[in-house]
Amino acid sequence: MRLTTLTTALVLAAGMAAAETVLPADVAYGEEGVVEMSLTGKPGDAENGRSVFGSKSKGNCVSCHAVEQLADVPFHGEVGPDLSYTGEARSEAELRGIVANAKMTFEGTVMPAFYKTKGYIRPGDAYTGKAGAEPLPPLLSAQDIEDVVAFLLTLKES
Amino acid sequence: MNFKALTALALVAGLSAPLAIAGGADDDTMVINGDTELVTKTAAPAHLDGALDELISGWHFRSDETQSLQLDDFDNPGMIFVDQAMDQWNAAEGSEGKACADCHNDPADSMAGVKATYPKWNEEAGEVRTLQMQMNDCRVNQMGAEAWKYDAGAAVNMEAMLSFHSRGMPMNVAIDGPAADMWAQGKELYYTRTGQLELSCANCHEDNYGNYIRADHLSQGQINGFPAYRLKNAKLNGVHSRFKGCVRDTRAETYSPGSAEFIALELYVSSRANGLAVEGPSVRN
Ligand code: HEC
Ligand code: HEC
Repeated sequence: MRLTTLTTALVLAAGMAAAETVLPADVAYGEEGVVEMSLTGKPGDAENGRSVFGSKSKGNCVSCHAVEQLADVPFHGEVGPDLSYTGEARSEAELRGIVANAKMTFEGTVMPAFYKTKGYIRPGDAYTGKAGAEPLPPLLSAQDIEDVVAFLLTLKES
Repeated sequence: MNFKALTALALVAGLSAPLAIAGGADDDTMVINGDTELVTKTAAPAHLDGALDELISGWHFRSDETQSLQLDDFDNPGMIFVDQAMDQWNAAEGSEGKACADCHNDPADSMAGVKATYPKWNEEAGEVRTLQMQMNDCRVNQMGAEAWKYDAGAAVNMEAMLSFHSRGMPMNVAIDGPAADMWAQGKELYYTRTGQLELSCANCHEDNYGNYIRADHLSQGQINGFPAYRLKNAKLNGVHSRFKGCVRDTRAETYSPGSAEFIALELYVSSRANGLAVEGPSVRN
């Protein structure tokens, strides 16, 4: 009885700890910029990740990356590599790190850091052209990043 | 999977490759009014230190329809503003009751070649002046009239008219001597990664020209075609307004048209076009 209660409590605590969102400043980047731990503790929703990837108001990843599986979204960019098979080539930890802050994996890359809030030159208030105050809200929320990672993991040769 | 589906897939694969390379600049030739050919590609000047192999006009990155509007002065919507500027040129204004024409006569003679050399160091004033700054100096100090608002209607119209009278001449902006400091400052701005997207001018217009970014076909961001008539906002657009839009798109705090920063950036970006023909007023989407 007591043991069960204890275990339940432990499991709950663990669950709660994991469910706590990792803040941008606290993300632990490992070798080559990988991020092993989920930013939210909640599994990613690939369907929402698909919309984050494709919509201009969210990740707008498609402005730089082409993805065959997104044939319904018009105008895929050419600035970054084609990601149609990235779910085979990259692990979850690698993808999480690349989306959170690609500069940790690819030094000097033009890919923006989606989970970063300070250290900018002339930070603006979104697309208004007016000054913004750091810390800025990150470009994507922790859950959106988990969702987009879940979507990227589905990108495989069918 | 049946045979048809396979063929369809192969077709798609076969098509997507050339489509991807279809980026880049096209090979069209710019001939204005059926008789005047303009230099729209040329070797990069030495001061670019190999940053670009070849200078390419922004015209080469636009669709055939947009391109064609610039080939005939009757089709080019920017020419309406050149006409308006001719009226401004002849209108007496200010406490001196003088018009531009009183001092400079026919702009087709007096202003030929001027646009190609701006921004330019002014010895008496001890500053680098853009064409709009020089016009305003004439207005304030020679005519006793009010300065025109930077990059707004009258100023951009006049700049378009002056560009028209230098059309076809190679850009030839001086970057040495007393202009060198400001040029270096402009260069610094060109390579600074601003805003939350941490992108510099060079990231888009040097590293990625020829590539599509979403539906936009990235050019080298050259300004030999300015002012530019944009179909998007159906008006003439000045260089600083274009800079402002690009900086804003990096999610940064922008600089203002007419600011010291944009004057320096204009000097630097103009020098990146040295050798390309003046094209203004150009037509862009
Ligand atoms: C401004 C352009 C740009 C945007 C926007 C962008 N990326 Fe990238 N991305 C790049 C470039 C360029 C690279 C290649 C890395 C390098 O060498 O610089 C890259 C690399 C990647 C890779 C690694 C590919 C590999 O090598 O295996 C992934 C995964 C990726 N991006 C996902 C995304 C996602 C998801 C988003 C949106 C949330 C996004 N990107 C937005 C430019 C961009
Ligand atoms: C995020 C990408 C991006 C950045 C960063 C950027 N631009 Fe642009 N710029 C564009 C796009 C897209 C266009 C429209 C297509 C084209 O002409 O390249 C454009 C157009 C231009 C044009 C018009 C070219 C023509 O032929 O009409 C100029 C000039 C220009 N940019 C200069 C700059 C300068 C200077 C900077 C830095 C202060 C800069 N851009 C930063 C994306 C960018």
